[in-house]
Amino acid sequence: MAKKESTISNMVLTLFIVTLVSGASLGFIYEVTKGPIEKAMRTKKNMAIKKVLPDFTNSPVENANSAYMDGDTLYVYKAMENTDTVGLAIETFTPDGFSGMIKLMVGFLPDGTIYDIAVLQHKETPGLGDKMATLDFRKQFQGQHPNTFNLQVKKDGGDVDAITASTITSRAFCDAVQRAYEQYKKEQTHEPAN
Amino acid sequence: MDYILIIIGAVFVNNIVLAQFLGICPFIGVSNKVETAIGMTGAVTFVLVLATMVTYLLQHYVLVPFGIGFMQTVTFILVIASLVQLVEIILKKISPALYQALGIFLPLITTNCAVLGVAILAVQKDLNLTESVVYAAANAIGFGLALLLFSGIREQLDLMDVPKPMRGVPAAFVVAGLLAMAFMGFAGIV
Amino acid sequence: MNQRTNFTKGFFKENPVFVLFLGLCPTLGTTTSAINGLGMGLATAFVLIMSNIVVSLTGSLIPGKVRIPSFIVIIASFVTIVDLLMKAYTNTPGPQGEPSLYDQLGLFIPLIVVNCLVLGRAEAYASKNKFMSSLIDGLGMGLGFTMALTMLGAVREILGSGSIFNYKFIEGDGILIFVLAPGAFIALGYLIVIINKLTKKA
Repeated sequence: MAKKESTISNMVLTLFIVTLVSGASLGFIYEVTKGPIEKAMRTKKNMAIKKVLPDFTNSPVENANSAYMDGDTLYVYKAMENTDTVGLAIETFTPDGFSGMIKLMVGFLPDGTIYDIAVLQHKETPGLGDKMATLDFRKQFQGQHPNTFNLQVKKDGGDVDAITASTITSRAFCDAVQRAYEQYKKEQTHEPAN
Repeated sequence: MDYILIIIGAVFVNNIVLAQFLGICPFIGVSNKVETAIGMTGAVTFVLVLATMVTYLLQHYVLVPFGIGFMQTVTFILVIASLVQLVEIILKKISPALYQALGIFLPLITTNCAVLGVAILAVQKDLNLTESVVYAAANAIGFGLALLLFSGIREQLDLMDVPKPMRGVPAAFVVAGLLAMAFMGFAGIV
Repeated sequence: MNQRTNFTKGFFKENPVFVLFLGLCPTLGTTTSAINGLGMGLATAFVLIMSNIVVSLTGSLIPGKVRIPSFIVIIASFVTIVDLLMKAYTNTPGPQGEPSLYDQLGLFIPLIVVNCLVLGRAEAYASKNKFMSSLIDGLGMGLGFTMALTMLGAVREILGSGSIFNYKFIEGDGILIFVLAPGAFIALGYLIVIINKLTKKA
């Protein structure tokens, strides 16, 4: 086949057809993958909530509350078993990580004790700061109530054993958990034991 | 967000080349001589700032309002490719001297992932227009800094007696690794 | 050149990473583990093969002056398709809550569009060759790229985390620097040295 000549009309027509076909096929793929993408997002959140709370039967992601605090958004997920509240999972954050933003999911039982904590997103140094996701570090928070357990590293007079050589990360972690607890307290005053 | 934080963060802490691995091709390709490194930096700065500005406007006034966010990659790369062409044509007309200096680098910029990368990052980080421009400029400085340091080292490296299989690119990579290690010292200052 | 050498050239003789030094950003940026390298390699290979096919079929219909922009749109479309598919189907976190493959590769998925390897093959090979040759060229180059990324990922994972394909074989940490940015440069540098030595190029 001979090469097409580069006349203006030829060029415009070609580019137009190419972008049209591209746009149309992408629109199609977008529609097809839209459902699965949303499902993947929900599964991701649900998995994190499952890790930080005891078993529940509802799908907490469906009715989440959001709250604005310190320049970013916290999300509150309520986990229920039939009609009983199993606990609240709060998606919290701190901007003070060693390499910026850290996002955590903190699970509170109805009495306010921490059940477990999961790390959702971070850029901390592998092998140092990223140890915050290990059970060894998380363990000390489990079953503690922030009223009696001072959410600060021991160096700052609190009760938290910092990760060796990663005080900044540990401090940031506590900051995020504390922020989640502040929100937890607000949620309690909002809706007194329904 | 504080502009100073954006600048220090982009230039030193998360250096675009040495920590984020963007723009490696020109980093290895044109860092043989300090002179070409300066030329490349100039061209990249120019396109990077312009492209980030235009893609910001497109993202917030076209893609988002019309709900076609999935066209982001296609739109952004087309914008960058046309901007590069445009800059080439304009430079040729108004400043032949500058064109002489930057001309050969311009076509290479379309496939420089630093430009598209920064444009996408600025959108992902939810920066506003001024912040985006500052962020783009800071990244361009970071790119220039890494490139200049590296080309300086490579000029010296050429005079060294390097084992044969290591000559050229492999040695350059190892040096880049050491440079990246030095830049890790900046971690945590922001 | 017969189809056999056309296919195998991408692995050693013209390996995109080790010999041609193309597509270095994802090579360094995503190879913190063998799995990530493999995932990134396959995603790029898909785009490369598909764009090679489409370009070889339509190349003669596109006027010379708008060739590059048309190729870029074609490549960007396939990149977006990969992005959407990966967001839908490779987006489940690991059992210990490790980030999903999609999250780990992150920015580097849309950046496949500026991978010089993809545009380079479309422009230099597919636009001048027939369907079959372009398909085989894309397959060879794509798999060669995947092999290079998996190798680099494996080396960094073995040295840096003491594991391979997430299977841990030593207790505790490895030499951490290999998972971090400097290790990427250094590991790739020495891999190229070894390959140079083996192929007796130097």
